[in-house]
Amino acid sequence: MPSNKESLSRVLTVAFALCIVCSVVVSAAAVVLKPAQEINKTRDLKRNILMAAGLYDASLTVEEQFERVTTRVVDIDAGTYVNDIDPEGFDSRAAAKDPARSRALEAEEDIAKIIRRSDHALVYLVNDESGSLDKVILPIHGYGLWSTLYGFVALEADGNTIAGLGFYEHGETPGLGGEVDNPRWKSLWEGKQAYRDGDVAISVAKGAVNPQSAAADWQVDGLSGATLTSRGVSNLVQFWLGADGFQPFLSNLRRGDA
Amino acid sequence: MDIRETLFRPVFRDNPIALQILGICSALAVTSSMQVSLVMAIALTLVTAFSSFFISSIRHYIPSSIRIIVQMTIIASLVIVVDQILKAVAYEISKQLSVFVGLIITNCIVMGRAEAYAMKNPPIPSFLDGLGNGLGYSFVLMTVAFVRELFGSGKLFGVEVLPLVTEGGWYMPNGLLLLPPSAFFLIGLLIWAIRSWQKDQVEEPEFRITQHTPVEESA
Repeated sequence: MPSNKESLSRVLTVAFALCIVCSVVVSAAAVVLKPAQEINKTRDLKRNILMAAGLYDASLTVEEQFERVTTRVVDIDAGTYVNDIDPEGFDSRAAAKDPARSRALEAEEDIAKIIRRSDHALVYLVNDESGSLDKVILPIHGYGLWSTLYGFVALEADGNTIAGLGFYEHGETPGLGGEVDNPRWKSLWEGKQAYRDGDVAISVAKGAVNPQSAAADWQVDGLSGATLTSRGVSNLVQFWLGADGFQPFLSNLRRGDA
Repeated sequence: MDIRETLFRPVFRDNPIALQILGICSALAVTSSMQVSLVMAIALTLVTAFSSFFISSIRHYIPSSIRIIVQMTIIASLVIVVDQILKAVAYEISKQLSVFVGLIITNCIVMGRAEAYAMKNPPIPSFLDGLGNGLGYSFVLMTVAFVRELFGSGKLFGVEVLPLVTEGGWYMPNGLLLLPPSAFFLIGLLIWAIRSWQKDQVEEPEFRITQHTPVEESA
Protein backbone atom coordinates (compact mmCIF):
# COMPACT_ATOMS: atom_id res chain seq x y z
CA MET A 1 0.00 0.00 0.00
CA PRO A 2 1.23 3.52 -0.74
CA SER A 3 2.68 5.01 2.41
CA ASN A 4 1.68 8.62 1.70
CA LYS A 5 -2.02 7.82 1.39
CA GLU A 6 -3.03 10.83 3.48
CA SER A 7 -0.80 13.40 1.77
CA LEU A 8 -2.43 16.52 0.29
CA SER A 9 -1.46 15.71 -3.30
CA ARG A 10 -2.87 12.23 -2.86
CA VAL A 11 -6.16 13.54 -1.50
CA LEU A 12 -6.47 15.94 -4.44
CA THR A 13 -5.59 13.29 -7.03
CA VAL A 14 -8.14 10.80 -5.71
CA ALA A 15 -10.85 13.43 -5.44
CA PHE A 16 -10.17 14.73 -8.95
CA ALA A 17 -10.03 11.30 -10.58
CA LEU A 18 -13.20 10.21 -8.85
CA CYS A 19 -15.07 13.34 -9.92
CA ILE A 20 -14.03 12.86 -13.54
CA VAL A 21 -15.11 9.22 -13.61
CA CYS A 22 -18.43 9.87 -11.88
CA SER A 23 -19.29 12.90 -13.99
CA VAL A 24 -18.60 10.97 -17.20
CA VAL A 25 -20.86 8.13 -16.02
CA VAL A 26 -23.66 10.48 -14.97
CA SER A 27 -23.59 12.64 -18.08
CA ALA A 28 -23.37 9.61 -20.35
CA ALA A 29 -26.49 8.16 -18.72
CA ALA A 30 -28.31 11.48 -18.98
CA VAL A 31 -27.43 12.04 -22.64
CA VAL A 32 -28.08 8.48 -23.80
CA LEU A 33 -31.45 8.19 -22.06
CA LYS A 34 -32.70 11.70 -22.86
CA PRO A 35 -34.63 10.83 -26.06
CA ALA A 36 -36.47 7.96 -24.36
CA GLN A 37 -37.39 10.22 -21.44
CA GLU A 38 -38.71 12.94 -23.71
CA ILE A 39 -40.91 10.43 -25.53
CA ASN A 40 -42.27 9.19 -22.19
CA LYS A 41 -43.01 12.69 -21.05
CA THR A 42 -44.99 13.69 -24.14
CA ARG A 43 -46.75 10.35 -24.21
CA ASP A 44 -47.75 10.77 -20.56
CA LEU A 45 -49.16 14.24 -21.22
CA LYS A 46 -51.08 13.04 -24.26
CA ARG A 47 -52.46 10.10 -22.32
CA ASN A 48 -53.71 12.46 -19.59
CA ILE A 49 -55.37 14.65 -22.19
CA LEU A 50 -57.12 11.66 -23.75
CA MET A 51 -58.12 10.30 -20.36
CA ALA A 52 -59.74 13.59 -19.36
CA ALA A 53 -61.85 13.49 -22.50
CA GLY A 54 -62.76 9.85 -21.86
CA LEU A 55 -61.18 8.88 -25.17
CA TYR A 56 -58.27 6.80 -23.91
CA ASP A 57 -58.18 3.24 -25.13
CA ALA A 58 -55.38 1.16 -23.60
CA SER A 59 -55.34 -1.27 -26.55
CA LEU A 60 -54.13 1.42 -28.99
CA THR A 61 -50.93 3.43 -28.77
CA VAL A 62 -51.19 6.96 -27.50
CA GLU A 63 -49.76 8.33 -30.76
CA GLU A 64 -52.40 6.61 -32.88
CA GLN A 65 -55.20 8.00 -30.74
CA PHE A 66 -53.68 11.46 -30.67
CA GLU A 67 -53.83 11.75 -34.46
CA ARG A 68 -57.39 13.01 -34.12
CA VAL A 69 -56.29 15.80 -31.81
CA THR A 70 -55.12 19.24 -32.96
CA THR A 71 -53.22 21.40 -30.51
CA ARG A 72 -53.73 25.16 -30.77
CA VAL A 73 -52.53 28.15 -28.80
CA VAL A 74 -55.29 30.45 -27.58
CA ASP A 75 -55.19 34.02 -26.34
CA ILE A 76 -57.28 33.59 -23.19
CA ASP A 77 -58.63 37.14 -22.85
CA ALA A 78 -59.43 37.59 -26.54
CA GLY A 79 -60.64 34.03 -26.91
CA THR A 80 -59.02 33.61 -30.31
CA TYR A 81 -56.37 31.33 -31.77
CA VAL A 82 -52.83 32.65 -31.93
CA ASN A 83 -50.74 31.47 -34.84
CA ASP A 84 -47.38 33.03 -34.10
CA ILE A 85 -46.66 30.82 -31.06
CA ASP A 86 -45.59 27.26 -31.73
CA PRO A 87 -47.70 24.83 -29.63
CA GLU A 88 -44.76 22.36 -29.57
CA GLY A 89 -42.55 24.65 -27.54
CA PHE A 90 -45.20 26.36 -25.42
CA ASP A 91 -44.79 25.77 -21.69
CA SER A 92 -47.81 27.13 -19.83
CA ARG A 93 -46.22 26.84 -16.40
CA ALA A 94 -43.22 28.85 -17.50
CA ALA A 95 -45.51 31.38 -19.19
CA ALA A 96 -47.55 31.84 -16.01
CA LYS A 97 -44.38 32.81 -14.12
CA ASP A 98 -43.12 35.24 -16.75
CA PRO A 99 -44.45 38.78 -16.06
CA ALA A 100 -44.28 39.62 -19.77
CA ARG A 101 -46.56 36.76 -20.71
CA SER A 102 -48.92 36.63 -17.75
CA ARG A 103 -51.08 38.77 -15.54
CA ALA A 104 -51.33 38.96 -11.75
CA LEU A 105 -54.88 38.28 -10.61
CA GLU A 106 -56.74 40.46 -8.13
CA ALA A 107 -57.75 38.66 -4.92
CA GLU A 108 -61.45 38.66 -5.80
CA GLU A 109 -60.84 37.34 -9.33
CA ASP A 110 -58.48 34.66 -8.14
CA ILE A 111 -60.95 32.06 -6.89
CA ALA A 112 -58.70 29.22 -8.07
CA LYS A 113 -55.78 30.65 -5.99
CA ILE A 114 -53.31 30.57 -8.86
CA ILE A 115 -51.94 34.12 -8.29
CA ARG A 116 -50.79 34.61 -11.90
CA ARG A 117 -52.51 33.52 -15.09
CA SER A 118 -50.66 33.19 -18.38
CA ASP A 119 -51.98 35.17 -21.37
CA HIS A 120 -52.01 32.12 -23.59
CA ALA A 121 -52.96 28.50 -23.16
CA LEU A 122 -52.91 25.31 -25.17
CA VAL A 123 -56.25 23.86 -26.15
CA TYR A 124 -56.78 20.46 -27.72
CA LEU A 125 -59.43 20.02 -30.38
CA VAL A 126 -60.67 16.49 -30.98
CA ASN A 127 -62.20 15.82 -34.39
CA ASP A 128 -64.50 12.94 -35.20
CA GLU A 129 -64.07 10.63 -38.19
CA SER A 130 -65.67 13.12 -40.62
CA GLY A 131 -63.26 15.86 -39.48
CA SER A 132 -65.72 18.10 -37.70
CA LEU A 133 -65.16 19.24 -34.13
CA ASP A 134 -66.20 16.64 -31.57
CA LYS A 135 -64.67 17.72 -28.25
CA VAL A 136 -62.50 20.50 -26.91
CA ILE A 137 -60.08 19.83 -24.07
CA LEU A 138 -58.91 22.69 -21.85
CA PRO A 139 -56.08 22.71 -19.29
CA ILE A 140 -57.13 23.71 -15.77
CA HIS A 141 -55.33 24.12 -12.48
CA GLY A 142 -55.97 25.54 -9.04
CA TYR A 143 -55.47 25.05 -5.34
CA GLY A 144 -57.20 22.29 -3.39
CA LEU A 145 -56.40 21.59 0.25
CA TRP A 146 -52.66 20.90 0.21
CA SER A 147 -51.58 21.28 -3.35
CA THR A 148 -52.20 22.72 -6.77
CA LEU A 149 -54.24 20.30 -8.85
CA TYR A 150 -53.36 20.15 -12.56
CA GLY A 151 -55.79 18.60 -14.97
CA PHE A 152 -57.99 18.88 -18.01
CA VAL A 153 -61.67 19.43 -18.60
CA ALA A 154 -63.23 18.23 -21.82
CA LEU A 155 -66.34 19.81 -23.33
CA GLU A 156 -68.57 18.67 -26.16
CA ALA A 157 -68.59 20.67 -29.39
CA ASP A 158 -71.45 22.83 -28.03
CA GLY A 159 -68.94 24.34 -25.58
CA ASN A 160 -71.34 23.74 -22.71
CA THR A 161 -71.79 20.02 -22.00
CA ILE A 162 -68.94 18.54 -19.98
CA ALA A 163 -67.47 15.40 -21.52
CA GLY A 164 -64.96 14.61 -18.81
CA LEU A 165 -62.60 15.88 -16.17
CA GLY A 166 -59.35 14.52 -14.83
CA PHE A 167 -56.29 15.55 -12.86
CA TYR A 168 -52.81 14.32 -13.66
CA GLU A 169 -50.92 15.95 -10.83
CA HIS A 170 -51.96 16.73 -7.27
CA GLY A 171 -50.92 16.12 -3.67
CA GLU A 172 -54.28 15.75 -1.95
CA THR A 173 -54.82 13.31 0.95
CA PRO A 174 -54.92 9.72 -0.32
CA GLY A 175 -58.35 8.18 0.24
CA LEU A 176 -60.05 11.54 0.89
CA GLY A 177 -59.17 14.43 -1.47
CA GLY A 178 -57.14 11.95 -3.52
CA GLU A 179 -60.50 10.50 -4.59
CA VAL A 180 -60.54 13.16 -7.33
CA ASP A 181 -58.80 10.35 -9.24
CA ASN A 182 -61.65 7.91 -8.59
CA PRO A 183 -63.14 6.94 -12.00
CA ARG A 184 -66.58 6.69 -10.42
CA TRP A 185 -66.47 10.29 -9.25
CA LYS A 186 -64.95 11.57 -12.48
CA SER A 187 -67.75 9.92 -14.46
CA LEU A 188 -70.27 12.07 -12.53
CA TRP A 189 -69.04 15.07 -14.51
CA GLU A 190 -70.04 13.61 -17.86
CA GLY A 191 -73.12 15.26 -19.29
CA LYS A 192 -73.26 18.11 -16.76
CA GLN A 193 -73.81 21.62 -18.09
CA ALA A 194 -71.20 24.34 -17.60
CA TYR A 195 -73.25 27.48 -18.24
CA ARG A 196 -76.74 28.65 -17.37
CA ASP A 197 -77.99 31.84 -19.08
CA GLY A 198 -74.44 32.72 -20.09
CA ASP A 199 -72.92 32.45 -16.61
CA VAL A 200 -70.79 29.66 -15.19
CA ALA A 201 -73.10 27.53 -13.08
CA ILE A 202 -71.23 24.24 -12.71
CA SER A 203 -70.21 23.51 -9.13
CA VAL A 204 -69.32 20.71 -6.78
CA ALA A 205 -72.12 20.36 -4.24
CA LYS A 206 -71.60 19.58 -0.58
CA GLY A 207 -72.76 16.00 -0.23
CA ALA A 208 -74.85 14.21 -2.84
CA VAL A 209 -76.83 16.04 -5.49
CA ASN A 210 -80.59 15.52 -5.47
CA PRO A 211 -81.32 14.37 -9.04
CA GLN A 212 -84.85 15.83 -8.81
CA SER A 213 -83.64 19.37 -8.08
CA ALA A 214 -83.67 22.00 -10.81
CA ALA A 215 -79.93 22.61 -10.39
CA ALA A 216 -78.95 18.94 -10.77
CA ASP A 217 -77.63 19.46 -14.31
CA TRP A 218 -75.10 22.00 -13.01
CA GLN A 219 -73.99 20.13 -9.88
CA VAL A 220 -71.63 17.26 -9.12
CA ASP A 221 -71.57 15.27 -5.86
CA GLY A 222 -68.97 16.45 -3.35
CA LEU A 223 -66.30 14.05 -2.16
CA SER A 224 -67.13 12.86 1.35
CA GLY A 225 -64.44 13.73 3.87
CA ALA A 226 -62.84 16.15 1.41
CA THR A 227 -64.86 19.36 1.68
CA LEU A 228 -61.89 21.63 0.99
CA THR A 229 -60.61 19.66 -1.99
CA SER A 230 -64.15 19.58 -3.42
CA ARG A 231 -64.44 23.34 -2.94
CA GLY A 232 -61.05 23.83 -4.59
CA VAL A 233 -62.08 21.74 -7.60
CA SER A 234 -65.36 23.64 -7.82
CA ASN A 235 -63.55 26.99 -7.73
CA LEU A 236 -60.90 26.06 -10.25
CA VAL A 237 -63.43 24.70 -12.74
CA GLN A 238 -65.49 27.87 -12.31
CA PHE A 239 -62.42 30.05 -12.77
CA TRP A 240 -61.22 28.34 -15.94
CA LEU A 241 -64.65 28.20 -17.51
CA GLY A 242 -65.39 31.76 -16.40
CA ALA A 243 -64.73 35.20 -17.89
CA ASP A 244 -61.06 35.20 -16.80
CA GLY A 245 -60.67 31.68 -18.16
CA PHE A 246 -61.91 30.09 -21.34
CA GLN A 247 -65.40 31.58 -21.53
CA PRO A 248 -64.47 34.08 -24.32
CA PHE A 249 -62.84 31.29 -26.30
CA LEU A 250 -65.77 28.92 -25.84
CA SER A 251 -68.32 31.50 -26.94
CA ASN A 252 -66.21 32.32 -30.00
CA LEU A 253 -65.94 28.61 -30.69
CA ARG A 254 -69.73 28.21 -30.52
CA ARG A 255 -70.13 31.04 -33.03
CA GLY A 256 -67.41 29.48 -35.12
CA ASP A 257 -65.02 32.46 -35.22
CA ALA A 258 -62.36 31.57 -32.66
CA MET B 1 -16.33 -15.96 4.07
CA ASP B 2 -19.60 -17.83 3.87
CA ILE B 3 -21.63 -16.52 0.93
CA ARG B 4 -24.97 -17.67 2.31
CA GLU B 5 -24.26 -16.03 5.62
CA THR B 6 -23.26 -12.69 4.04
CA LEU B 7 -26.26 -12.69 1.75
CA PHE B 8 -29.05 -13.89 4.02
CA ARG B 9 -27.99 -12.75 7.47
CA PRO B 10 -29.25 -9.20 6.82
CA VAL B 11 -32.68 -10.45 5.77
CA PHE B 12 -33.87 -11.70 9.18
CA ARG B 13 -31.06 -11.90 11.71
CA ASP B 14 -29.51 -8.50 11.05
CA ASN B 15 -32.24 -6.66 9.16
CA PRO B 16 -31.26 -3.06 8.32
CA ILE B 17 -34.70 -1.67 9.17
CA ALA B 18 -35.78 -3.97 11.99
CA LEU B 19 -32.48 -4.31 13.88
CA GLN B 20 -30.25 -1.48 12.69
CA ILE B 21 -33.25 0.92 12.37
CA LEU B 22 -31.85 2.43 9.16
CA GLY B 23 -33.74 3.63 6.10
CA ILE B 24 -37.04 4.24 7.88
CA CYS B 25 -37.98 7.42 5.99
CA SER B 26 -38.39 5.90 2.55
CA ALA B 27 -40.03 2.84 4.12
CA LEU B 28 -42.76 5.18 5.38
CA ALA B 29 -43.12 7.12 2.18
CA VAL B 30 -43.38 4.63 -0.64
CA THR B 31 -45.16 1.66 0.94
CA SER B 32 -48.77 2.58 0.14
CA SER B 33 -48.65 0.43 -2.99
CA MET B 34 -46.79 -2.81 -3.62
CA GLN B 35 -45.76 -2.01 -7.16
CA VAL B 36 -44.04 1.22 -6.19
CA SER B 37 -42.43 -0.48 -3.18
CA LEU B 38 -41.09 -3.23 -5.38
CA VAL B 39 -39.42 -0.79 -7.75
CA MET B 40 -38.01 1.17 -4.82
CA ALA B 41 -36.72 -2.08 -3.26
CA ILE B 42 -35.03 -3.13 -6.51
CA ALA B 43 -33.50 0.33 -6.99
CA LEU B 44 -32.15 0.45 -3.45
CA THR B 45 -30.81 -3.12 -3.60
CA LEU B 46 -28.93 -2.38 -6.82
CA VAL B 47 -27.53 0.88 -5.51
CA THR B 48 -26.41 -0.68 -2.21
CA ALA B 49 -24.82 -3.67 -3.92
CA PHE B 50 -22.96 -1.72 -6.59
CA SER B 51 -21.90 1.16 -4.37
CA SER B 52 -20.47 -1.35 -1.87
CA PHE B 53 -18.71 -3.10 -4.73
CA PHE B 54 -17.12 0.05 -6.18
CA ILE B 55 -16.20 1.53 -2.82
CA SER B 56 -14.62 -1.74 -1.78
CA SER B 57 -12.66 -1.95 -5.07
CA ILE B 58 -10.96 1.38 -4.44
CA ARG B 59 -10.88 1.20 -0.64
CA HIS B 60 -7.06 1.07 -0.52
CA TYR B 61 -6.83 4.33 -2.45
CA ILE B 62 -9.37 6.35 -0.50
CA PRO B 63 -7.65 8.75 1.93
CA SER B 64 -9.54 8.49 5.20
CA SER B 65 -9.86 12.28 5.48
CA ILE B 66 -12.19 12.39 2.47
CA ARG B 67 -13.68 8.89 2.63
CA ILE B 68 -17.25 9.97 3.42
CA ILE B 69 -17.44 12.39 0.51
CA VAL B 70 -15.90 9.79 -1.81
CA GLN B 71 -18.58 7.30 -0.75
CA MET B 72 -21.28 9.93 -1.24
CA THR B 73 -20.02 10.77 -4.73
CA ILE B 74 -20.11 7.14 -5.82
CA ILE B 75 -23.55 6.56 -4.27
CA ALA B 76 -24.96 9.78 -5.74
CA SER B 77 -23.70 8.92 -9.23
CA LEU B 78 -25.30 5.48 -9.07
CA VAL B 79 -28.57 6.93 -7.83
CA ILE B 80 -28.68 9.45 -10.67
CA VAL B 81 -28.06 6.66 -13.17
CA VAL B 82 -30.88 4.58 -11.64
CA ASP B 83 -33.19 7.60 -11.66
CA GLN B 84 -32.44 8.33 -15.32
CA ILE B 85 -33.05 4.69 -16.27
CA LEU B 86 -36.37 4.65 -14.43
CA LYS B 87 -37.47 7.83 -16.19
CA ALA B 88 -36.62 6.26 -19.52
CA VAL B 89 -38.14 2.80 -19.07
CA ALA B 90 -40.72 3.02 -16.25
CA TYR B 91 -42.01 6.58 -16.43
CA GLU B 92 -45.28 6.01 -14.56
CA ILE B 93 -43.54 4.44 -11.59
CA SER B 94 -40.74 7.00 -11.56
CA LYS B 95 -43.46 9.66 -11.31
CA GLN B 96 -44.95 7.95 -8.28
CA LEU B 97 -41.57 7.49 -6.62
CA SER B 98 -40.79 11.14 -7.39
CA VAL B 99 -38.17 12.43 -4.97
CA PHE B 100 -37.65 9.14 -3.18
CA VAL B 101 -35.34 7.71 -5.80
CA GLY B 102 -33.14 10.78 -5.37
CA LEU B 103 -33.35 10.29 -1.63
CA ILE B 104 -31.71 6.87 -1.89
CA ILE B 105 -28.53 8.97 -1.73
CA THR B 106 -29.34 9.87 1.85
CA ASN B 107 -30.69 6.43 2.72
CA CYS B 108 -28.71 5.39 5.78
CA ILE B 109 -28.54 1.75 4.66
CA VAL B 110 -26.37 2.56 1.64
CA MET B 111 -23.90 4.75 3.52
CA GLY B 112 -24.05 2.54 6.58
CA ARG B 113 -22.99 -0.56 4.63
CA ALA B 114 -20.34 1.35 2.68
CA GLU B 115 -18.75 2.69 5.84
CA ALA B 116 -19.23 -0.38 8.05
CA TYR B 117 -18.51 -3.18 5.61
CA ALA B 118 -17.22 -2.18 2.18
CA MET B 119 -14.31 -0.11 3.54
CA LYS B 120 -12.89 -3.19 5.30
CA ASN B 121 -13.77 -6.10 2.99
CA PRO B 122 -12.96 -7.24 -0.57
CA PRO B 123 -15.31 -6.32 -3.43
CA ILE B 124 -17.22 -9.60 -3.87
CA PRO B 125 -18.26 -10.04 -0.22
CA SER B 126 -19.09 -6.31 -0.14
CA PHE B 127 -21.32 -6.74 -3.17
CA LEU B 128 -23.10 -9.65 -1.48
CA ASP B 129 -23.41 -7.72 1.75
CA GLY B 130 -25.00 -4.83 -0.14
CA LEU B 131 -27.31 -7.22 -1.94
CA GLY B 132 -28.26 -8.90 1.34
CA ASN B 133 -29.01 -5.63 3.07
CA GLY B 134 -31.01 -4.52 0.06
CA LEU B 135 -32.99 -7.76 0.33
CA GLY B 136 -33.53 -7.16 4.04
CA TYR B 137 -34.88 -3.71 3.23
CA SER B 138 -37.02 -5.16 0.43
CA PHE B 139 -38.45 -7.79 2.78
CA VAL B 140 -39.65 -5.13 5.24
CA LEU B 141 -40.87 -2.85 2.46
CA MET B 142 -42.91 -5.56 0.79
CA THR B 143 -44.40 -6.76 4.09
CA VAL B 144 -45.47 -3.24 5.04
CA ALA B 145 -46.74 -2.50 1.54
CA PHE B 146 -48.74 -5.75 1.50
CA VAL B 147 -50.67 -4.76 4.62
CA ARG B 148 -51.04 -1.11 3.60
CA GLU B 149 -52.25 -1.75 0.09
CA LEU B 150 -54.53 -4.67 1.01
CA PHE B 151 -56.30 -2.95 3.91
CA GLY B 152 -55.84 0.65 2.75
CA SER B 153 -57.11 0.34 -0.80
CA GLY B 154 -58.31 -3.27 -1.02
CA LYS B 155 -55.81 -4.12 -3.74
CA LEU B 156 -52.58 -6.05 -4.26
CA PHE B 157 -50.27 -4.86 -7.05
CA GLY B 158 -53.18 -2.72 -8.24
CA VAL B 159 -55.51 -5.73 -8.63
CA GLU B 160 -58.70 -5.53 -6.61
CA VAL B 161 -58.86 -8.11 -3.81
CA LEU B 162 -61.36 -6.63 -1.37
CA PRO B 163 -64.10 -4.74 -3.27
CA LEU B 164 -64.44 -1.28 -1.72
CA VAL B 165 -67.69 0.30 -0.52
CA THR B 166 -67.01 3.27 -2.83
CA GLU B 167 -66.81 0.89 -5.80
CA GLY B 168 -70.02 -0.90 -4.84
CA GLY B 169 -68.40 -3.66 -2.77
CA TRP B 170 -68.47 -4.40 0.97
CA TYR B 171 -65.01 -3.42 2.26
CA MET B 172 -64.61 -0.11 4.10
CA PRO B 173 -60.92 0.78 3.66
CA ASN B 174 -58.76 1.96 6.54
CA GLY B 175 -57.71 5.47 5.51
CA LEU B 176 -54.88 5.63 8.05
CA LEU B 177 -53.05 2.89 6.17
CA LEU B 178 -52.77 5.14 3.12
CA LEU B 179 -50.93 7.79 5.14
CA PRO B 180 -47.21 7.49 5.95
CA PRO B 181 -47.55 7.29 9.78
CA SER B 182 -49.28 3.91 9.53
CA ALA B 183 -45.98 2.41 8.41
CA PHE B 184 -44.58 3.29 11.86
CA PHE B 185 -47.17 1.04 13.50
CA LEU B 186 -46.53 -1.76 11.03
CA ILE B 187 -42.74 -1.56 11.30
CA GLY B 188 -43.11 -1.46 15.08
CA LEU B 189 -45.23 -4.61 15.04
CA LEU B 190 -42.78 -6.26 12.67
CA ILE B 191 -39.84 -5.48 14.95
CA TRP B 192 -41.82 -6.90 17.86
CA ALA B 193 -42.54 -10.08 15.90
CA ILE B 194 -38.91 -10.52 14.79
CA ARG B 195 -37.56 -9.91 18.28
CA SER B 196 -40.02 -12.34 19.85
CA TRP B 197 -38.69 -14.97 17.49
CA GLN B 198 -34.99 -13.98 17.63
CA LYS B 199 -34.63 -13.19 21.33
CA ASP B 200 -30.96 -12.17 21.02
CA GLN B 201 -32.00 -9.03 19.10
CA VAL B 202 -33.73 -7.58 22.16
CA GLU B 203 -31.70 -4.65 23.44
CA GLU B 204 -30.72 -4.18 27.08
CA PRO B 205 -32.92 -1.50 28.61
CA GLU B 206 -30.85 1.67 28.97
CA PHE B 207 -32.61 2.67 32.14
CA ARG B 208 -34.35 0.76 34.88
CA ILE B 209 -36.89 2.31 37.21
CA THR B 210 -35.85 1.55 40.78
CA GLN B 211 -38.28 0.15 43.30
CA HIS B 212 -40.28 2.45 45.49
CA THR B 213 -38.86 2.95 48.95
CA PRO B 214 -41.26 1.20 51.34
CA VAL B 215 -43.38 3.62 53.40
CA GLU B 216 -41.97 2.48 56.76
CA GLU B 217 -38.38 3.18 55.68
CA SER B 218 -39.03 6.64 54.26
CA ALA B 219 -40.95 7.76 57.33
